[in-house]
Amino acid sequence: MVNRVVVGAHYGLLDWLIQRISAVVMALYSVALVVYLLLQPGLNYEVWGLLFSSLVVRTFTLLFLLSLFYHAWIGVRDVVMDYIKPPSVRLLIHVLVIIALLLYSIWSVQILWGK
Amino acid sequence: MNKRRPKHLALHLIKLPLPGIVSILHRLSGLLLFFALPVLLWMLQYSLRSIETYTQLSSALSHPLSKLLLLCLLWAFTHHFCAGLRYLAIDLHFVRNLAQARNSSRLVLIVSLALTIYFGVKLW
Repeated sequence: MVNRVVVGAHYGLLDWLIQRISAVVMALYSVALVVYLLLQPGLNYEVWGLLFSSLVVRTFTLLFLLSLFYHAWIGVRDVVMDYIKPPSVRLLIHVLVIIALLLYSIWSVQILWGK
Repeated sequence: MNKRRPKHLALHLIKLPLPGIVSILHRLSGLLLFFALPVLLWMLQYSLRSIETYTQLSSALSHPLSKLLLLCLLWAFTHHFCAGLRYLAIDLHFVRNLAQARNSSRLVLIVSLALTIYFGVKLW
């Protein structure tokens, strides 16, 4: 009999891998964005708005944000598992973090595509 | 098993090694960025919605207190970024011994602080 715990780590390699893939996605996006902004003579609404009017930029921004939210979930879950012992409290925090990150994902789509 | 092993918990004698400091700061900066997510998303929203909200945002961010907060977040990001790259390098077996572990940790602390100062000065 295997004792599976819903607030456990699921003991897999997949989360470890996703943590690294999402990190690389975010790192590439951040460096590209920062280099682009440094190359601009000045930062104002025109430059910023023009950048985000591009479909490619919006798409990769959403990819960045979704990678960020998944990355944050794994990171926060690991921290919670290290310091919060009672399973009920752990579960509550996990649920709250998941709901927050799902709401952030919806919000991100609204920011980038809603007007 | 001998359960009466001596415990060395003289807190004034033991100290966290450099890689340990980078590790705990990686955690702290990650948590800080997580808690800042709603604020950062709100900033992205205001910066993109219209020129009026963009102007509102930039005047709100020109307040010294919000600049201080941004500076903390800037450090959190650069530290998390540099420490993360170090972990990727460790995964790829680029860090092989204690000396390299210590040197790379020192490098992470220095580079992230330098980047914070560079971007902090640029944004101030």
